[in-house]
Amino acid sequence: MMLFTLILLPLIGGVISCWSQRIHQDAPKWIASLCLFLSLAFLISIKLFTSMDPSNLWLVDETLAWIPRLNISAHFAMDGLSFVLILLTLLMGLVGLSSAWSEINQHTGFFYGNYLWTLAGIIGVFLAMDLLLFFVFWEVMLVPMYFLIAIWGNENRRYAALKFFLFTQAGGLLMLLSIVALAVLHYQQTQIFSFDYQVLVQSPIDSEFAKWICLGFIIAFIVKLPAFPFHSWLPDAHTQAPTPASIILAAVLLKTGGYGLLRFVLPLFPDASQFWSPLMMGLAGISIIYGAMMAFSQTDLKRLVAYSSVSHMGFVLLGCFSLNFYALQGAVMQMLAHGVSTAALFMLVGIIQHKFHTRDLNQLGGLWSTLPKLSAMGLFFGVASLGMPGLGNFIAELLVLIGTFKQAPMFALVATSGLILAAVYSLRMIQKSFFGVSISPSENRECKTDNSNEQGHQTGHTPKQIITDLNNKEKVTLMLMCLSLIFMGLHPQPIFNLVNDSLIEIASLFQLQLQVPLQPEILLLEVPL
Amino acid sequence: MTILLGLIPLLPLFSACLLMFWQPKLLLTQVIAVGSVSLAALLALTLNVQLWEQTQFVLQVSLGHWLTIDNLSLGFTLYLDPLSLIMVTIITCVGALIHLYSASYMKDDPDVCRFFAYLNLFVSAMLFLVLADNLILLYLGWEGVGLCSYLLIGFWYREQKNSQAANKAFIITRIGDTAMLIGIILLFYQFDTLNIQQIQLQSQQLLQNGGQPTTAIISLCCLLLFAGAAGKSAQVPLQSWLPDAMAGPTPVSALIHAATMVTAGIYLVARNMELFQLAPDILHFIAIIGVITLILGATSALAQSDLKRILAYSTISQLGYMFLALGVGSASAAVFHLMTHAFFKALLFLSAGALIYCMHHEQNIFKMGGLRKSQPLLAFSFGIGCAALASLPMTSGFFSKELILEQTMFAHQPLLWWGGIIGAFFTALYSAKLFFVVFFGKLNQPSTHNTPTAMAIVLIILMLLSLVGGKQPQGVFTHFSTSATSASAGHTLSLFQHWLPILLPIFTVALAWLLFIKGAFTPSTPSNGSSVSLKQKLHSFLLSGWNFDRLYHLIFIMPFKLVTEYNRRDIVDLAYRQLEAFSSLLYRQLSRFQTGQLRHYSASLVIFCVLAIAWGLIQ
Repeated sequence: MMLFTLILLPLIGGVISCWSQRIHQDAPKWIASLCLFLSLAFLISIKLFTSMDPSNLWLVDETLAWIPRLNISAHFAMDGLSFVLILLTLLMGLVGLSSAWSEINQHTGFFYGNYLWTLAGIIGVFLAMDLLLFFVFWEVMLVPMYFLIAIWGNENRRYAALKFFLFTQAGGLLMLLSIVALAVLHYQQTQIFSFDYQVLVQSPIDSEFAKWICLGFIIAFIVKLPAFPFHSWLPDAHTQAPTPASIILAAVLLKTGGYGLLRFVLPLFPDASQFWSPLMMGLAGISIIYGAMMAFSQTDLKRLVAYSSVSHMGFVLLGCFSLNFYALQGAVMQMLAHGVSTAALFMLVGIIQHKFHTRDLNQLGGLWSTLPKLSAMGLFFGVASLGMPGLGNFIAELLVLIGTFKQAPMFALVATSGLILAAVYSLRMIQKSFFGVSISPSENRECKTDNSNEQGHQTGHTPKQIITDLNNKEKVTLMLMCLSLIFMGLHPQPIFNLVNDSLIEIASLFQLQLQVPLQPEILLLEVPL
Repeated sequence: MTILLGLIPLLPLFSACLLMFWQPKLLLTQVIAVGSVSLAALLALTLNVQLWEQTQFVLQVSLGHWLTIDNLSLGFTLYLDPLSLIMVTIITCVGALIHLYSASYMKDDPDVCRFFAYLNLFVSAMLFLVLADNLILLYLGWEGVGLCSYLLIGFWYREQKNSQAANKAFIITRIGDTAMLIGIILLFYQFDTLNIQQIQLQSQQLLQNGGQPTTAIISLCCLLLFAGAAGKSAQVPLQSWLPDAMAGPTPVSALIHAATMVTAGIYLVARNMELFQLAPDILHFIAIIGVITLILGATSALAQSDLKRILAYSTISQLGYMFLALGVGSASAAVFHLMTHAFFKALLFLSAGALIYCMHHEQNIFKMGGLRKSQPLLAFSFGIGCAALASLPMTSGFFSKELILEQTMFAHQPLLWWGGIIGAFFTALYSAKLFFVVFFGKLNQPSTHNTPTAMAIVLIILMLLSLVGGKQPQGVFTHFSTSATSASAGHTLSLFQHWLPILLPIFTVALAWLLFIKGAFTPSTPSNGSSVSLKQKLHSFLLSGWNFDRLYHLIFIMPFKLVTEYNRRDIVDLAYRQLEAFSSLLYRQLSRFQTGQLRHYSASLVIFCVLAIAWGLIQ
């Protein structure tokens, strides 16, 4: 029941906070944060108190009957991979909450309800081990997100929400078809009718048709990721979503795509993924380059960050389909690091928008002289997103590239040139928003060689109220995110160890020469925490 | 002793963090910043004293474990051998002097705390770079110094020009760095390790027992590593960021863009010399690039009128000499020149900083003149710096440049030697020009300030180092002597080859005296006439540093901007928007049938029935 409770906590919390608005305007946010902290504590206690059984991959594995006639069960299980991603979900949920704290003033109850339900859906996706259950959660996280964008979004919110919904829904439909086809084929092959992951993964289908089922899954997941031809919902959704929704969207919702590839596509269809791997690596390469080029030309700060997400998630796709242990580790790391760094960037953009009522790069500039702390944070996360060594993103990209260079040097070469473009757009963003002449009239510092004041004043934005720098809550949140990125960059081993077993199992499907496939001795490789 | 080694890079890192988060008052900032680097310098000197007698020493200290995946195992391990000891000594000592100088130079800036935080962070990253025992840690330091360079070039962020120069510097070096990263990854698969020493060991074994030492892939790795080195060290074709990088504060130019960071490329190649020995073609290529760069830098420096840009081009040119030395296989000569160059170029930049400070931020040398009376100290320091740059006999630059030219001849490369000689001619010419134009001639604009004491002390120390630094410290240099010395056996220089490099600078200085003081030369002013003379064309060609910027703008920047600008609305999204437009069109057309009028419905029902029956009949 533990994992079931983990999902139930935010679900019920959502209902309560939805209802609690009647008591007090501020009650929902307190309930939401309480609920998230409770879930976090619960998650960590699960990790701490479950005895590590070295022969078993799964930390927790529990099954409840659901639709016994069709042999569908509510089967939840958690391994290291799910654990780190749920941890990311809850932490970024808290980050989103901190940015929602003062930004959301209308219909707070319904907002926090939807917010928690989205998180519950995401946690469910990371835990569900039955394919139909997985599909249910896949939809559960979608609907509340739609409301978050459509109700609390910016000027063009309806369009963006609908676009987001349709893209994901189309992908989801393909996935549903593939799930059913997979179950039927599996029945034909083994005479066992089941949607259970752990049953299906035992005997991969070796029919010609498997390729197409696999493609159905892949498309559903790379729409979410998003990869090159399916990415165009993301900039709109991000730009129009309210900041907390953007944070959840970028930090965790996109990761469900990567998780799906790692958990379902690669183990269930080893041959088919090998077949599709060149195409997918090609798409990943295009995503990296194309996303970076699009990011360069944007003037809307949120759109810029959104396109940079496309570029970064390209590394996840590349890592997944390099079918190589280094690259898989890199892909997981990239999901985590990108989750943190992009969430932070969105939070910063949200703060800037809140203070200046604009996201237009041409109207911003010179923030450093008025808001030095915010700008320093912006600089840090901008530099993180261009892959500075010592931060998590670099480790992730390095590992993906190492893995890919072994498998497919040409694709790796393309991806590497994305690193240069990442520098180009990140520096442009930093320069345009933080450097230059201040737009604020309260300019009292003298610059040593400042003789171009007139350039700045023609931008002509004079804020009415005094603009203050980061408050304590924002400062603490952002500092913690900085520290977690530095931690991932300088001491990533604990994370690698957590996901080690799950990934070795996947990698061993593709590398028969890997020293120890699927045996308890694998754990000897593990370096103690 | 290992603890001392660990402390050297950590001290500046610690003080950088302290300055960033605490932001103390001015005096305390100066004390923390200068103190930490000076302490690191003292530690480095202690290590020098302790290790002076030993012939082959290696110190290793592990600061922690980074990551282990499969075969890839990385740690924060520092590795000290003679080469890195020299680098550490240069970085910390010159760094400490420049910190002391900046404490005085930057004291009126409101952001002095940020300045010192960046500068300390830079010193720390640079120390990690030279002390790294694996290539990824080296890359961490490598990117770290790049980041600090970016931050410090754009330190006065209010001016667009500065942050553009910073972006340019970062992006161009990033191109080299990315190539280098690819090289590192390829090396990993080649040698199955990223530990630098093990790579050297394995390549030594390959060289010894292999008749066919060069495999194509190792040559490729070397080429890619060199691309990284060329980016950082401003070699053709990635050199064009350095002159623009002068937008930063002058102490930054002295520390980062003259003495330390730009020499990281030299260090990288020298550190991996055994690996590069496996690819003689690439070494030859490096030498050629070095010669091209040194001539480019020297000739471009001749045409500049901005004091700092002259020095920037001269740095490019001197780095070219170092790569020439590396290319002919003499790492020791390259590192020797690196050291003397660090002294005299830091001296020149700091003097230039003091001069600019005294002249109210005037940087045009033709607007100065006759300053030897009012600024005797600066005249003296400039004189020594220029003499060392021109490699007049008995200065430090003389010894190191002689060594490089000698090694080039020993390696049987007369063509490269002539390139070096031509470069030496131009070097002597522009350094003499710089000195004569600024300090002789008629007084154009009187200077008002005097040099503050702290600056003066630093200048005097650097003057001594520039003069004496060339007395080759045998204790350290003999240790990492290279195989090039073996080639020298049985080969002696002819009289001409021996005396030309010695006498050439003297004659050139005399020539410069004639040209610039006796008035045989007038600074070319752009004429308003329609006809542009060849001389002016040449001048503008040299002024722009051989037009590389315009070329890159045409080839890379313009198309990139054009494509991205054209595609801002995302062409892929267009397809989806077409889909949307199509379905709404369909919706409008189909909804027309839904008129709500019974007669339309019944008519369509009848028509359908008729058609269906007709279809049935035909079947």
